[in-house]
Amino acid sequence: MSTEGNGFKSGSNLEKVLKAGQFAFTGELGPPRGNAVEEVTEKAKHLVGMVDAVNITDNQTAMVRMSSWAASLLIMQQGLEPNFQMVCRDRNRLAMQADILGASALGIKNMLCLSGDHQKFGDHPNAKGVFDIDSIQLIGMVKKMRDEGKFLGGAELEGSPKMFIGAAANPFADPFEWRVHRLAKKINAGVDFIQTQCIYNMDKFRKWVQQANDMGLTEKVYILAGVTPMKSVGMAKYMKAKVPGMDVPDEVINRLQGAEKGKVAAEGIKMACEQIEEFKEMKGVHGVHLMAIEWEHKVPEIAEQAKVLPRPEV
Amino acid sequence: MIVAKRKPFDEIKEYIQDYKKVLVAGCGTCVAVCLAGGEKEVDVLNTELDMARRLDDNPLETGTITIERQCDVEYLEGLDDLVKDYDAILSMACGVGIQFLAERFPGIPVYPAVDTTGMSANLAVGWYEERCRSCGECVLGLTGGICPVTMCAKGLYNGPCGGTNNGNCEIDDAQPCAWFNIYERLATQDRLDNILKIKEPVGWNDQIPRTLVQPGYKKPEKDA
Repeated sequence: MSTEGNGFKSGSNLEKVLKAGQFAFTGELGPPRGNAVEEVTEKAKHLVGMVDAVNITDNQTAMVRMSSWAASLLIMQQGLEPNFQMVCRDRNRLAMQADILGASALGIKNMLCLSGDHQKFGDHPNAKGVFDIDSIQLIGMVKKMRDEGKFLGGAELEGSPKMFIGAAANPFADPFEWRVHRLAKKINAGVDFIQTQCIYNMDKFRKWVQQANDMGLTEKVYILAGVTPMKSVGMAKYMKAKVPGMDVPDEVINRLQGAEKGKVAAEGIKMACEQIEEFKEMKGVHGVHLMAIEWEHKVPEIAEQAKVLPRPEV
Repeated sequence: MIVAKRKPFDEIKEYIQDYKKVLVAGCGTCVAVCLAGGEKEVDVLNTELDMARRLDDNPLETGTITIERQCDVEYLEGLDDLVKDYDAILSMACGVGIQFLAERFPGIPVYPAVDTTGMSANLAVGWYEERCRSCGECVLGLTGGICPVTMCAKGLYNGPCGGTNNGNCEIDDAQPCAWFNIYERLATQDRLDNILKIKEPVGWNDQIPRTLVQPGYKKPEKDA
């Protein structure tokens, strides 16, 4: 279906929700380490009706998984809208453009452009990391394909892929002062929406959004705040100590530790919902991206408790 | 300079196990400075091979020579008569020298005795760190003299990624983040505008063998 003339870049549900001024709510699904369709459909069924779009990760943490576009197609059959993730680690510019065209041809309308975790973290640590282009250059490439109808190399496309272009931002990785400028670079490259790293340090996030507001950036891009509820004290400690670029203040761990026995996960969800309430009111934030890692079945409960249901029909 | 490290002894020994007369050829320039393939290392390898083959009851006759540069035809000429007496050559030069030697003597098997590991700076005696990947399109003028192609584990041109961890790279706490350092240096020099602009995708210049003829020079007629 052509989207020309209707004012939409791709006409995806996510784009329509955001453009309508609704507070967006997106989810995430990691494809399986095998070809098990049922593993995808089982996770996905909990998300139906709960979110506006679902990120389908692309070999996350450099572990080989079912391809993002294939799992995207599977969840489309369940009535969900995918946000097709693409990392720069595994493909050169030829393969990337081919997959973008294929994804678009099969009805995928959202993309998330990422550099990708280094291959060293995964199950093929000695693989050759491609990084032919980086995430900012990937954004520019998708935009050029979509808006100019041209390949990166300059040749004319026979049918351009209409993608709503997303990217990530990590307000917590240093140097903090540069992070908002890096956001600006992504906007200049042509990004339409941003999903942030999981937020636990609210003070720092408020400062980052304030900077983005002051620079007028939040009028040029939709920001979805990243939320991952803590399941346990162990998870919080692990994220604080072991996950690069993650900022988990001690007060988060202390609060989880103070929860009654057997109620730590519930406390984690409560904390996430309190964050979501603040994001709903925060100038410059246009939605939440919920990364309930291997906790898809909890999404309905979280969505209910966060009062983001029902999702808007646009 | 170009740095290299010696290959595991067993690998070297296996290469030459069927030969009776082997020339161990060192190189007197880069690999000598980085303690991998100069005259001293040639002698050490020669002694090790000699002992090992005796223990195997498979004696080896060896010769040694270290020439100034194996990557320069001028110095290779001196080997023309010498190599005729040998079944094989073990080269301790970098990958360039090894290939150049093999090209000069196409009838004689040439084997590497070192692994070439890059273009590095000499941080202390015996300690080298890579600084250049010879990409052919130097961006150091924009990045404060810190190479993102070499020093960023992802080779990003528009970094830093989200994995910067207290100034270090996500791959290792002991590996400084190149883009963190680029930011810091440019901030100190009030040059952050250098990296505000998007660096567009680069054309990789290292995907085919490269030839360089400096301005004012030309290939000799016979090779043109």
